[in-house]
Amino acid sequence: MKVFGTLLESPVGKLTYRFRDLLALEPLTADELGFLLDQSKPFQEIQKHPLKKLATLRGKTVALAFFENSTRTRISFGTAAARLGADTMNLQAEASSIKKGETLLDTAFNLNAMKPDCLVMRHSASGAADYVARHLDIPVVNAGDGTHEHPSQGLLDALTIRDRLGTIENLNVTILGDLLHSRVARSNIHLLGKFGCRFTLCGPSIWVPRELEKIAPGVPIRCVYKMEEALEDAHVVLMLRVQTERLDDPPLSANDYILLYQLNAERLKRAHRDAIVLHPGPINRGIEITPEVADGGQSCVLEQVTNGVAVRMAILYLVIAGASEGGAHPALEANPSRSEESGHKKTKESANAGD
Amino acid sequence: MLVINNGRVIDPATNTDRPRDILIDGDKIAEVAEPGRLATVPGRETFDAAGLIVAPGFIDLHAHLREPGQESSETIETGTRAAARGGFTAVCSMPNTKPVNDNASVTRFVLDRAKATGAVHVWPIGAASVGSQGQAISEIAGMKDAGIVAVSDDGKPIATAKLARQVMDYCRSLDLPVIEHAEDVSLAVGAVMREGVTSTRLGLRGMPAAAEAVCVARDVQLAELTGARLHVAHLSAKASLEQVRSAKSRGLRVTCEVTPHHFTLIDEDVSYDSRFKMNPPLGAREDRAALLEGLADGTVDAIATDHAPHEPALKDVEFDRAPFGILGFETALGLALEQLVHAGRLPLGRMIELFTRGPARILGIERKIAAGQPADLTVFSIDRAWTYRVEDSPSKSRNSPFDGKQFRGGPVATIVAGRVVYRTN
Repeated sequence: MKVFGTLLESPVGKLTYRFRDLLALEPLTADELGFLLDQSKPFQEIQKHPLKKLATLRGKTVALAFFENSTRTRISFGTAAARLGADTMNLQAEASSIKKGETLLDTAFNLNAMKPDCLVMRHSASGAADYVARHLDIPVVNAGDGTHEHPSQGLLDALTIRDRLGTIENLNVTILGDLLHSRVARSNIHLLGKFGCRFTLCGPSIWVPRELEKIAPGVPIRCVYKMEEALEDAHVVLMLRVQTERLDDPPLSANDYILLYQLNAERLKRAHRDAIVLHPGPINRGIEITPEVADGGQSCVLEQVTNGVAVRMAILYLVIAGASEGGAHPALEANPSRSEESGHKKTKESANAGD
Repeated sequence: MLVINNGRVIDPATNTDRPRDILIDGDKIAEVAEPGRLATVPGRETFDAAGLIVAPGFIDLHAHLREPGQESSETIETGTRAAARGGFTAVCSMPNTKPVNDNASVTRFVLDRAKATGAVHVWPIGAASVGSQGQAISEIAGMKDAGIVAVSDDGKPIATAKLARQVMDYCRSLDLPVIEHAEDVSLAVGAVMREGVTSTRLGLRGMPAAAEAVCVARDVQLAELTGARLHVAHLSAKASLEQVRSAKSRGLRVTCEVTPHHFTLIDEDVSYDSRFKMNPPLGAREDRAALLEGLADGTVDAIATDHAPHEPALKDVEFDRAPFGILGFETALGLALEQLVHAGRLPLGRMIELFTRGPARILGIERKIAAGQPADLTVFSIDRAWTYRVEDSPSKSRNSPFDGKQFRGGPVATIVAGRVVYRTN
């Protein structure tokens, strides 16, 4: 399976990977993951700039194929493409021909026939991006496949944690909610687990099967079923959205869920004093999390969204331009208006300025 | 007249394992004799089986030939040609065709097509309930008259305990085995593989081993209640096997089959490749170990393929959407030799029994290499190296996880009713 290519050399800021797709974080090494995070850093700066548009991918086209409802991820990838100067084509499930019986592969072939340079896709079937990537000759970026992985979410969460806590190494990470059906949880475990983080998973037992303790060999993962115990000493509390459509499937009511597993200020006190709270959104206020926690100082919810654009710029840049070019990070040119004209320059000093 | 000479004849039914020549006259075995004498009579054709094993014709209790109704995936002609390449001389065809084989006209259609186009014997299995819908019992006596050898709602279990009891009661009086696809479907809603660490890691919905074992438990109780012959199809879980073992020890007429893929592969082999998707799904490591033990100790009565062709347009899709099932005929013997004989788990004679006498007894028939018996023979090698290439298969479908696999030993010739229907070059 082609997921990520060989590491050639790794000075920060240089384009050193040859990878075609980004399908999952599980197969990536700590070095490769760290490189992706480092590559995102300069793009974070771009988000603060009054003129946010680079010309790096001018003339390139990103196909966004969302076979499952999505608001923020789709807009985030679309914004990331726009800020890199790329054009986008959009396919949304409602508007697509899948309801007319076309297979996923035929739809992908048709999009590919319009010659995009990359396909970003979300699909409700686990492994769908992997399946499409096996048949396409352009890079495929997984924007969430079923209950498997959500690589860009894992990366933006790690970036957010690193910004807030200064490190992603050796942290106690507590993940709360419907672990079984969470692609966000899997991507986080596969990323942070490679940096020595320890995981405590907590939620109703049908959503937190013991098998989860073994999904990432070598990573300390434990499943507990009492929230108070789960929060003890946590540096990072990662909330998962309760998919209300699933609440009638598992054997507990919304009220019982709130009683047992809602994150409120009182419970959060059990976590580490400087603990941060992440949530991939959209939030169900008053169900899995109280407004005071969601809006409180420990919450990173909106930073996650901002960082999402930066991470996705890095991903698109690397899969589209990274394979063929070497040189400085485009965002280190740091003058978006100028780079509109000249593209990105390759200078030695900027090459090492990424961290 | 044809003489199969110089072969090593192994027949568990007659406790034979020695060099023998076999004379075939028409569709019957005429004589079995010490090597040498039979071939010297002028005018007799010979098949030199030196270095090869000659066994009674292999019987596959479990196959989907897709005709009538799904001819784009398989026909009786293409399916039986693939069966012949796999060394099978008879295959039992499951009733989940379109229309379902739930009445004598469909049974007769299948048998007529088999007679006209089939390379090997086709022994139809009739549906237990009308349309296999689990509501009303089907016309089992009529189908038996037309030629079915068993009943099953395969593809799914007999829907309710009440209906299963009715079917077993009735089949006991008709002396037909009831073949059960054991699955508590309420535990398997939306599931595409076995529940476990791998399904959890891949984010694929799993069904627990209990989905099968719960249904086996139900059916064993009903077999005890009714005295019926219960045969558990494609048994995949250790817990189910233990129930069959205990039923046997209590003297119940309960038997089971295991597929080559279940004794070869495990859930950890699954990725997102739909060629690894079948029902029951691949089990855990310890399930496979238990199946291998059951094959050796006699708890398992037969190897059956569950040959389940699906045309590429249906099967080559997202894992979640792909239909269950894989091709089975052509790789069955190679896998059995590899996993059972070469691995030192079973003597060769026991492996042959699982393809011959085992399935025959479940159907209530006797097959052996002796004068007067039908001339159905499987000739195979235990050491010839070959590679399975699915594109060379006569099957209309390509859904095998074993494409490109190298084997040591496999079918060399298949003789059905005295005719050589398949022979390697």
